[in-house]
Amino acid sequence: MATSGGDSNPHSPPPSLWPVGFAVGIACILVGLIISLWVVVAGAVIAAVFGLLWARDATREYREPVHIEPETTRAGVAPAPPAEPVPAHEGEAALPVIQPGERYPRSTFLELSTLGLGAAIGAIVTVPIVGFAVVPGFVDQKQKKVDLGPLRNFPEGEFVIATFMIDPEQGEVSRRTAYIRNNGLLNGEPSFTIISNRCAHLGCPVQPNGLIQDRQAKDVKPPGATTIHLIPVQSVVGFGCPCHGGQYNTEGNRTAGPPVRSLDRYEYGIDHGRLILLSTYSVGTVQGIGKDAKIKKYPLTGPGEHVDGPEAWLYPIQPSQISS
Amino acid sequence: MATRTRTPRQVRQEKAEIAVNYPLDWLEERSGLVGGVRYFLFRKVPSDTNWFHTLGSATLTAFLVQAATGVILAMYYKPDPNQAYESVQHITNDVTLGWLVRGMHKWGASVFIILMFLHMGRVFLFGAYKYPRELNWIVGVLLLACGMLEGFTGYLLPWDQTSYWATVVGININGTAPFVGSFLSQILRGGAEINGDTIARFYAIHMLLLPGAIFALIGLHLYLIVRLGVTSPPWSKEAAGRERPPEPPSNGRAGLIRPGPRRGISR
Repeated sequence: MATSGGDSNPHSPPPSLWPVGFAVGIACILVGLIISLWVVVAGAVIAAVFGLLWARDATREYREPVHIEPETTRAGVAPAPPAEPVPAHEGEAALPVIQPGERYPRSTFLELSTLGLGAAIGAIVTVPIVGFAVVPGFVDQKQKKVDLGPLRNFPEGEFVIATFMIDPEQGEVSRRTAYIRNNGLLNGEPSFTIISNRCAHLGCPVQPNGLIQDRQAKDVKPPGATTIHLIPVQSVVGFGCPCHGGQYNTEGNRTAGPPVRSLDRYEYGIDHGRLILLSTYSVGTVQGIGKDAKIKKYPLTGPGEHVDGPEAWLYPIQPSQISS
Repeated sequence: MATRTRTPRQVRQEKAEIAVNYPLDWLEERSGLVGGVRYFLFRKVPSDTNWFHTLGSATLTAFLVQAATGVILAMYYKPDPNQAYESVQHITNDVTLGWLVRGMHKWGASVFIILMFLHMGRVFLFGAYKYPRELNWIVGVLLLACGMLEGFTGYLLPWDQTSYWATVVGININGTAPFVGSFLSQILRGGAEINGDTIARFYAIHMLLLPGAIFALIGLHLYLIVRLGVTSPPWSKEAAGRERPPEPPSNGRAGLIRPGPRRGISR
């Protein structure tokens, strides 16, 4: 090794940073081919300069004799005596013997950097996957408007069962039912009570306790919307849930059974004589009847969750409050 | 060459032994698998074990039946809100032996859950959860939870009225958990309400996520059984389990989390 230049001896160039610059130059050329000729020129210059420097370094030992410093020991520390060979099945075979005075051994660094790199790669992979699994359920949850057709289909003082698709793109799975009662005029504007059929206990579909007039059912097809199915119901005395027996009165207040609050309601609007269904909200209690009712409104809350009273402290925030 | 004369029968026997052993030796030399299988299967078991000790392997068999039938059902089932019900009807009525495989999966699900509970009862009554087998009880609890979740997610897949509304109620029961409930149920549904993505999501959880977890946990469960041995019944006079292995240097932890004490350094 002491003599150089001969082809029989191995020759290794010293560590060098020039290849990094050379690589940057090549990268600039490639990027420049896409964006601009000037970047190609700049990249070519960089690559040429660093390439020459690299070549000069790499070929030095051919051109001049290399001076190799004799191996020295660390100041003040005697070289450790060679370790006793240990049989492979005993002890920690893979771990090297630590030399005295070596405070941060290479193997420890490699262990920690492997763990750290692995954790970083794991995080980079996991975060988008978990986000992909969770986040779509919380964004774009805003309820779409539903056109329920002309007001004349809703006789005053009677409930009508309306079934409709809340998101026609999704098809039947988005079919919902609302109980709609025309309350007559309030301050010159039509007033409606629109009750969701989702039970406030665990979300089963409540049914009207009344005479369902199947023969008077009709389909309304608003322009640009899916068909709305309307069935009038006579002498409704309330609503009942088939699953666990929750009972409600005509305003949706709980009268018996396990529900924890009143039935949810829909906001509505009137557009050129047509009833438009807007978003859903939850209801604490309703005082009064029909157009005179005073409704305690809350953001849409999951079934079985209290909206008022001390139990509501258990449910301080709802997804509907952050997603829409 | 032979020191004593051998009958042709003995010669044939030796040749057969060589023919059988050669591939096994080849495999063993390169993988150690033969020894591993021997270690796994040829264990010492208390002589007074009885039929109650077979409940665990019965549960494992029930799970393997679920896995096998589920894989085949997945070839015909369509996890789409507009096709799921029809595809299940198709499996039941049209596909050859579909009624049988679907029936095995449906009734086998109940068998699996029932056997898990019987197995748990056996372990409890025999005191087999005690030292040093506490960890295996915990793994078993996780397996039970995964099995119940399999039942919950699988129940939606026929996509009929019963399964739909049972899932609505199940998710909403989840939603009544304080503080986080409604967020959990929204994650389960993949939206504010059951929607077109919910069934595919349940399907993926049912056939990919949970079976993977169950297979991994069963592996851990069996490893601990093999390591710790089968418990004797409570009335047994025999000591159970393997000999306790000598404690490895530095508790076997060396190099796993942090470097253990090393030779040449006194600490």
